Formats: sequence, structure tokens, C-alpha cells
Amino acid sequence: MNFNDTPEEAAFRAEARAWLAANAAPRSAASSLLVNQETGDFTEELPRARAWQARKFDAGFGAIYFPKDVGGRGGTSMQNMIFMEEEARFDVPATNHFMIVNRGCCALLLKRGSAAQQRELVRASLRGDLIWCQLFSEPGAGSDLAGVRTRAERDGDAWIVNGQKIWTSNAHLADWGVLIARNDPTVPKHRGLTFFIVDMKAEGIETRPIKQLTGGSNFNEVFLENLRVPDACRIGEVGEGWKVVIAFLAGERSNIAIKELQPLIDSLLRLARQVSIDGRPAIEDGGVRERIASFYIREAGVRYTVQRMLTALSRNEEPGPEIAIGKLVLGTLVQEMTAFALDLMQAHGMVMDAAHAPFAGVWQTEWLGSVVDRLGGGTDEIMRNVIGERILGLPEDVRVDKGVPFNRIGGA
Amino acid sequence: MDFDFSPEQKEIQHQAARLLTEQCDLRAVRRVLEGEGPYDRALWKQVAELGWLGVAMPEECGGLGLGHGTLCVIAEELGRALAPLPVSSSIYLAAEAVLQAGDAQQRGELLPLLASGERIATLAAAEGMRSASATEQVLARVEAGRLSGTKLPVPDGMVADWAVVTARTTSSADGCDAECTGLFLVELDGPGVRREALQCLDPTRPQARIVFDAAPARPLGPAEGGAAALRRVLDRAAVLIAFEQIGGADAALAMSTEYAKIRHAFGRPIGSFQAIKHKLADMYTRNQLARSNAWYAAWALDASPDELPLAAAAARIAASDAYEFAAKETIQTHGGIGATWEGDMHLYYRRAKALMLGLDSPAHWRQRLVRALEDRLAA
Repeated sequence: MNFNDTPEEAAFRAEARAWLAANAAPRSAASSLLVNQETGDFTEELPRARAWQARKFDAGFGAIYFPKDVGGRGGTSMQNMIFMEEEARFDVPATNHFMIVNRGCCALLLKRGSAAQQRELVRASLRGDLIWCQLFSEPGAGSDLAGVRTRAERDGDAWIVNGQKIWTSNAHLADWGVLIARNDPTVPKHRGLTFFIVDMKAEGIETRPIKQLTGGSNFNEVFLENLRVPDACRIGEVGEGWKVVIAFLAGERSNIAIKELQPLIDSLLRLARQVSIDGRPAIEDGGVRERIASFYIREAGVRYTVQRMLTALSRNEEPGPEIAIGKLVLGTLVQEMTAFALDLMQAHGMVMDAAHAPFAGVWQTEWLGSVVDRLGGGTDEIMRNVIGERILGLPEDVRVDKGVPFNRIGGA
Repeated sequence: MDFDFSPEQKEIQHQAARLLTEQCDLRAVRRVLEGEGPYDRALWKQVAELGWLGVAMPEECGGLGLGHGTLCVIAEELGRALAPLPVSSSIYLAAEAVLQAGDAQQRGELLPLLASGERIATLAAAEGMRSASATEQVLARVEAGRLSGTKLPVPDGMVADWAVVTARTTSSADGCDAECTGLFLVELDGPGVRREALQCLDPTRPQARIVFDAAPARPLGPAEGGAAALRRVLDRAAVLIAFEQIGGADAALAMSTEYAKIRHAFGRPIGSFQAIKHKLADMYTRNQLARSNAWYAAWALDASPDELPLAAAAARIAASDAYEFAAKETIQTHGGIGATWEGDMHLYYRRAKALMLGLDSPAHWRQRLVRALEDRLAA
């Protein structure tokens, strides 16, 4: 048992660190508290973020585990993790908020796309020259994603798509999207779905930003009206779209688990030393210490669970199912830790004014943003179902819509 | 990156699991619960012959010298099986105390007999509601080589041949200039020792009250280093017991999961209801958090003494929380049968609480954990 890199890993880490040091500045204390990098408004930041992604890509660090013939490094998932660890020490624009989906779409195209799609889209998407979005959730279908109502009707060598999508991150910035739509409402819901890629600049797509509780806007409503999608943009067989979605989403959940929360724990300790309760430093209060201990065992628990996953990757094995706990634990943890930090600040915890709030209001911003992590990429409740059914093998809930044609389901 | 046990350790764990499945099912645990004896003597003999007891002791002391990581994986299986054996008292506590505080002669004299299972030892530190680690509050005293005082609860105190006892001394003969708390070796069958079995929460982890009245005692290493050595022993034992806890918590989860699949209510398996499914998912999540913390502590045990206080406290808290939650919710998941003597669920409920309390309560360990975090921040 050891935490050391293998000689190959150490060599890669040194190379990554040297390149980062030559191309970026180290991270500041305040910016290391920003954990919800996926929930802000990126429109202004985007040109810098794309430039950084392109720079990484051109240097061989932007698409590490993708094959060389599409511009990747031909490296391993472990190298990708090492690069992310190293990159976290530098003050660089966040790229995950578009690259997680970009990478997922590229992996999908390499597996299921046509030669032309692979040639035209993959390299540019890995470099960040193209941006993708996921046209999945709908006002009436979130956790129950297979209940989508957006229709895709065949029209010669194309499909006509009508419907509404929602919570679509980056739709306003995207060049391409992945879409799940219903081609046949007369069969049970999982069987009547088909998966497409769509050109977001095509006629028939209208994007409206949703103002989030943080005040920023990164999610959108997307209205699809007589959108014409060539049949060549269909991925997988007609009616087999659900299988494609499942494979696609499996990647997203493991991506979210990798969050660096140690700086938050240290920062909470500092805060608890600064403020007082009943005339004594808050850090001396038993209740305060108990909460900090409870945060630490969960933070460390996830961190070492990730190390177990990395060990599997380092051996070129599949990580075990335990990584599924990461998203569930961290979502709640960030919400609890940020709420606790505000509690410690007392009335001052209400102040978000950058000039007057500690760390320029980052705790307040993170507290507001933390609600998103418990919802996006599978809600806490869905994650518990996943653990219960896929890991523990418990029977699935009775589904009253099972085997019922979609157009006969109550409420549909 | 190799954050995993070695193939050899996994093989030993596998063999331990197999032996315990065959030789120590819950009926064997019940025999001890129902008073057939203070521990399972036949099983004790077997595990001693297999070398489990000396697995982490150096070879020159009669051990196998395989390191504490190997003892951790064995502990996990002992915990999973609820093995009614004095391993924690004799090996995690007494043998560790000899390793941490004893001189070469004491190690050579005492450890081989513990490794072979011929002798059983224990740690007598607690004095009622005063915690084991509160060394400055100890009332027991040694004067002119004689110990007087009362210790309770003493784990496996009725079956132990000798004990490592915490006691105050002022004698330079004990290795102490001013007054201090040292560690002393006392023969429990010798003069000046009276002991009685206590009725307790988990009879498969029996406790005793021991009254010392001028019992002959000799220092285990210089008394001045006793308090620090005791802290190291508690940290190390906390890690080993955390492995027993995660083994037990996993066994409780497995029992609940199995039942939730077969028990039907309202026309379907209860495991299909989210109220049960989510409860078991939470059990799994806590167990995994505890496991990952325990693995890190297992690594620190042999590789990084500096990180051990933080790692041991985190492992202990996470494992105590996980096991207590798994045990109580296992009873809840089983419904009425869980509240009976006949149902096995209370075996986990009792053991979880006993392991949680036996080595300073969670509140102490939370204090230690936050102190370690503060030290790290100051460094």
C-alpha cells in the first residue's frame, strides 16, 4: 500500500507540472474555495476558457485519454487524473463546465458516430473550438428522463423535431447538442426513443436563458420547433436511444466526484478561530468541533475512495462501484459546510458584498450554488436508487408505467 | 498509486473469511452470548495455530513480521464474524503496549506467549467513567513496586493472565522524576488481585472489575513515557478496531439487504420501497466512507507515524458511526423479529456499541481529530 506514483506516472506528473508552471500562475487562497465551477455564468469567461483548452490541447494535455489520430495524447485515464490534480494548483480558467460534455460526446462519436462525424467534429470538440450541450431534461421529464415528450417524426431522409428542453447548460454557447426524442409514443416509454446529434445553429432552435438562484445564467430553456435533423445525425438504431443515453450518462457521474474540498476544511478552521461564541473563540466550542470532525470524515472518506478508484485506473482495471457514493456525499457536504460557515459569521453571513464579506463573498456564493450539485447529473434520490439497485441488487420500485404504451401513461 | 492491500494480504483475508465462515457462524457467537464460556476456546486455539495473533509482531518476538496491514485484514474478518475472542485485548492493546513501551527483554519475554495464544493479556486503563486516555486523572497508584486501585471495565479481564495497567507513581525506580502516570505489568493470578465478571451490553466482549491491593507491579518501560505510549497504543488499536467495525457493518448491511429482497409486504419485496432502499443505500455509503478512512489509517500505521493521529481518529469516528447506523437500521429493517432474543440482529447492535465505547467514546476522538487538523494547519 502506498500513495506514490509509479515511475511512469511520476515522469508524466513532472512533465505536466513543468508545462503548467511555464504556462500559468499558481492559485490564490480565495480561488481555491471555489468548488462549484459548473454553476456560474461563463459567457464572459468563455473566450479565456477556450483559449486555455486549446493551449492544453496543442501541448498534448487537453485530450489525454483520446487516441492520437483525433489529436489526443493516446494516454490513460490515470494520466488525465494526474493532470487534473496538478492543474488544480494553478489559477487557470475552468474548462470542465463544457469539456465534460464535450469529452462525453466525443467518446460517443468515436464509438457510434460515422467516419465523417468523427473527422469533422471530434478534434475540434476536444480542442474546445466546438462546444456541446445535452438536450435531455424536459419540464415533464427530469429524474424520469425516459418520459421525454419531444417528438421526432420521420420525413424522408430527415426527422422533424418538436418539443421543449430545459436545464440545458451552455445551450446558448453551443455549436452542437446531443438530443433524446420520442419517435414512437405507442410503445412503452423506454422503447420509443431515438438519439441524435443536432446543429445548434440550425433553424428551429430557440434558446432562452434561465436566471438561476445565484443570479447567474448558465442553464437554458431550449425550444425546438420544426427542427430538421438529417437521419445521418441519428446515433444508434431507431427506438434504441435509451441505451445510448445510459452509456452517455454513466461518464458524467464519475466526473463530478473529483472535487478538492480540503481547502474548505482548512478555511472553516480559520474562520472558527476568528469568530467567537459566548466570548470564546468558536473553535473551542464542542458543537463547532463536532461539526468540523463530521465534515472531515466525509471529505477524507470520499478523497480516499477516489484514491481506491485511481489505484484501479493505475492498474488499467475498472474502478469498483464504490465511486458512486462520491457525488451523493459531496453534494450534501458542500451545502452543509457552506451553511455552517455562514452560521459562524452570524449576521455578517448575510452579506455578499465583495468589499465587505470574508473572501469576497465566496462562501455565500457557494452556499447558493450548492443546491445545484444535489440535483444535476442525477438527484440525491436517484443516486440512492442507483446504489440500492445496481450495487446492492435490490429490486426496482413498482413502476405503474411499465409495459404501458407511452401515450397511455397517466399524466403524460 | 497503489492504495490497496497486497495480493498476499488479500489471500490471507480470504483464508480468514473461509475459516470463520466454517468455524464461527452466529450459533458459535450465541454460545458465548448465552454463557457457555467467556470466549470460544477451540477457535482461539485454531487462530493461534494459524499465526493470526502474531502476524504483526516481529519475528524475533515469535511473530510472523508481516506488518499491521495484514492484521487489519484479519481484524475485518473477525469483526464480520463477530468472533467471540479476546484478540483486541491481547493483541491490539496489550501486545501493542509491549511493542510501544517495553524494552527488548520485556518484548522477548511477553510477546511470544501472546503470539502463540498460550497467554492472554489485556489493558486495564479505564476507571469507571474516566476515559482510558485521561492519564492525569488516574487514581490507581504504584508505591514501592505494589499497585493499588480499581479498574473497570477491563476487557476480557476474567480470562487475561496479565494486564498492562495505568497507574500514578513518583518513584525514580519506576523511571519517573516527578509524579507521572506510567504503564505497569501485573500478573492477574498473583497476590493482591481480586476480579469479578460484570454483566454487560455485549457478553461476547466481556468486561471485568479488578481490584488491586498492593499487587506486585513492574514498570513497562520508563513510567515517564507511559502517557505518550498509551496514546500511541490507543491510536493503533483504534485502527485495528475500525477494521472490526467495518467488517461488522458490512455483515449487518448484507443481512439487511438479503432480508429486504425476500421479505414481502403490500405485495412486493420491501427492498423495492424507497424508504428501505434509500436507508440501505445510506448504510452502504457510510460503510464505504468508513472503509476508505480505515484504509488510509492502515497505511499510516506502518508507513507514517506523523499522520497516524489524524488518520486513526477519522477511521475510528467513521467506523463507529457506520457500524452503529448499520446495526440499528438492521433491526429496523427486520421489523418485530429484530427486537427478539432469537433474531440475530441484536448481536450486531450490541457489538457495534461495545466497540464504539471500548476505547474512549466518539466525543474524545472528535476532539483528537480536530486537534490534529489544527496541528496540521499550524505546521
